[in-house]
Amino acid sequence: MGRYVIRRLLQMIPVFFGTTLLIFLMVNVMGDPVAGLCGDRQCDPATAAQLRKEFGLDKPVWQQYLTYMGNVFTGDFGTAFNGQEVTELMADAFPVTIRLTLVAIFFEIVIGITLGVVTGLRRGRPVDTGVLVLTLVVIAVPTFVTGLLVQLLLGIKWGWIDPSVSSSAPLDELIVPGLVLASVSLAYVTRLTRTSIAENLRADYVRTAKAKGLPRGRVIRRHLLRNSLIPVVTFIGTDIGALMGGAIVTERIFNIHGVGYQLYQGILRQNTQTVVGFVTVLVIVFLLANLLVDLLYAVLDPRIRYA
Amino acid sequence: MRGPTRAGWAACAVAVALAATGCGGGGDGGAGGEDGIVSSSWSDPQNPLEPANTNEVQGGKVLDMIFRGLKKYDPKTGAATDMMAESIETDDSVNFTVRIKDGWTFSNGEKVTAKSYVDAWNYGADLRNNQKNAYFFGYIDGYEQVHPESGEPSATSLSGLKVVDDLTFTVKLSQKFSTWPDTLGYSAFAPLPQSFFDDHDAWLDQPVGNGPYTLQSYDRGTKAELRRWDDYPGPDGAQNGGIDLMVYTDNNTAYTDLIAGNLDLVDDIPAAQLRNVGSDLGDRYINTPAGIIQTLAFPFYDDAWDTPDGNKVRTGISRAINREQITETIFQSTRTPAKDWTSPVLGEDGGFDDTLCGDACEYDPAEAKRLIEEGGGLPGGQIKISYNTDTGSHKDWVDAVCNSINNALGDDQACIGNPIGTFADFRNQIGEQRMPGPFRAGWQMDYPLIQNFLQPLYYTNASSNDGKWSNQEFDDLVDRANAETDTATAVDTFQQAEEVVRDQMAAVPLWYQNGSAGYSERISNVTLNPFSVPVYNEITVN
Repeated sequence: MGRYVIRRLLQMIPVFFGTTLLIFLMVNVMGDPVAGLCGDRQCDPATAAQLRKEFGLDKPVWQQYLTYMGNVFTGDFGTAFNGQEVTELMADAFPVTIRLTLVAIFFEIVIGITLGVVTGLRRGRPVDTGVLVLTLVVIAVPTFVTGLLVQLLLGIKWGWIDPSVSSSAPLDELIVPGLVLASVSLAYVTRLTRTSIAENLRADYVRTAKAKGLPRGRVIRRHLLRNSLIPVVTFIGTDIGALMGGAIVTERIFNIHGVGYQLYQGILRQNTQTVVGFVTVLVIVFLLANLLVDLLYAVLDPRIRYA
Repeated sequence: MRGPTRAGWAACAVAVALAATGCGGGGDGGAGGEDGIVSSSWSDPQNPLEPANTNEVQGGKVLDMIFRGLKKYDPKTGAATDMMAESIETDDSVNFTVRIKDGWTFSNGEKVTAKSYVDAWNYGADLRNNQKNAYFFGYIDGYEQVHPESGEPSATSLSGLKVVDDLTFTVKLSQKFSTWPDTLGYSAFAPLPQSFFDDHDAWLDQPVGNGPYTLQSYDRGTKAELRRWDDYPGPDGAQNGGIDLMVYTDNNTAYTDLIAGNLDLVDDIPAAQLRNVGSDLGDRYINTPAGIIQTLAFPFYDDAWDTPDGNKVRTGISRAINREQITETIFQSTRTPAKDWTSPVLGEDGGFDDTLCGDACEYDPAEAKRLIEEGGGLPGGQIKISYNTDTGSHKDWVDAVCNSINNALGDDQACIGNPIGTFADFRNQIGEQRMPGPFRAGWQMDYPLIQNFLQPLYYTNASSNDGKWSNQEFDDLVDRANAETDTATAVDTFQQAEEVVRDQMAAVPLWYQNGSAGYSERISNVTLNPFSVPVYNEITVN
């Protein structure tokens, strides 16, 4: 187990360098960021040259990348164009997005798995069909439609919530955005769990457990659910990464100043330091989440061993 | 303060899950009257907040509140009026003597003196300080030494600035510029306290100025809290307790918050909401002219566009655009069809003339077709209008303009849009002279002078002459106008220069842009100044 974890951690190193290099190059391909700094006019050439020098943009790209990585390892992620340290931006944005992700994951697990188990056990009944149709609708409607609709109905028409989240973004204000963010994944989790449960329901070990006379609840929780969760855990694990970086739409609609918003703004302003910094951290989160998922397999299914 | 309280947490969760009764909501519990706080939408300023480094509206809002310079532009007429200036005198339009009023201080108690100005301007002009508004000091003698085109600066201060005594300094310009004092209302010319130079980083974290507000707290990317400065010595003190500028991720969200009663003022109504704004806000929606004009510029560096008869083609393109229809249907009348190359906010005396463009801006498809054919046809048989897609829904109007041109010419391939992903990339391609045809050009005035609408845009090699248009007659007329000591004659001469722009159709004027804003029932006396920025200090809280 320990050796397995170490091997996985070592594998992360090339992935980490590869992705950061890729992002760095992609942001650079977009062109000269200084051009966008002077509004609808040309920066005067002397000032533009001076700014390029200050941001290190006058050097070749490989040298910029090396300098940047060197700085990253000393904890310096550079400075955004508005003079704010990127680490400071991260300290503001990540806690908010983590809270939002947690809320979303919470809904996915609680609602998604519950609905999945219920429908899996009652295959073909009206509950199953109803939920099936519902999940189809949720998957088919784009998040921004759901988001705007929920905002309009709950925020304005009925006045249950504030349409926008305040800057401190406390948990209670994130419930509705979290639900919107989770909606599509939630539908997938439901369907995944349902299929998995329905399949395992006919497995030998379930029949054995029933034959032993174990109570129904215990059969479902200890035997059926635990074995059926492996694909669901894989999905939720990868979803953590996607939710953290991909919440741009939801964050914009509900005025959440999280990672998605910072990335969006960073890309618009071609702010290499912000974009690369945030993506680097997201890459790490993604890698760790995947490792965690793999380790969870062993917990769920004792037959899986890592050496 | 805002939003559901912690106690409402459980209730909210239940409400969401079970569709039970309401929770949340709850407006600002702040005091009304003179001490009421106004919340206003904002977006994150692109640059650090310092006067000579802020060149966009969002940072400009804060600077407008915490600084007062020698002049201030009247929020209604746009005229430059003396603020801190006692007098600015000149005999020859080159040497100016500036006397400032006594009794002004910064909010930290430091006296505002002639030195506060001279130091600030020297700082702004110096290449080593990376100030993006440095070119504003370009008319002052000695600018080349502190801000050379290339290489290291050879001086640290402008030789044209001299402190005479505590309240007087002299300015020597490098050329004649009679209306130069009228440019001094721009925030780049604000005075700076000693603390700016002593501890620059600390000052940037919490800028200190001499305006009617103080910046109480500034949480970058989130919120700026401005509070009334009770000891403000100027005549235009704040009529409210303060302004909270809240950063919104999206202007649609800000608008939604205004409708829900969580925000008092939105000064950027999203295009998608213009249709509903009347029913949502009624007379709490304002739509007033601003000093912004949108044009189509041409790549004169491309030989195909720089032909002897090119002016006919360009005029033809201008006449093929149905401005009335586009401004009505696409912009819901928040734009006005352009009749010249300036802006209505200048007023007749300032040089605005709604007859100047005349026929050349009138929609006439038959005449347009004739002119373009006479001029040798469209270069390459097709024009591509370049624009950036990330801000300001430009796609809609570019498509409409193309549609109008295609209809006029009876060729559905005559004009197509050329979208460019980001504003930075768009500017980049313009800077590298890679525009394949006409491109979107917007101009927001820095100060309400006709000079500002012409010289930076059309003078040979001027800072914003993106199309690299060059015309000796125009340049000569601008030089003459700048040297003119009589304002009326100067304006006349500028108009003659503008006629050259018209005859050559250096750029196609499209429309004047209005400033639009909406506000809540909590506040009143909301107006927009000619720069389309709310006049914050005059807002009253009911």
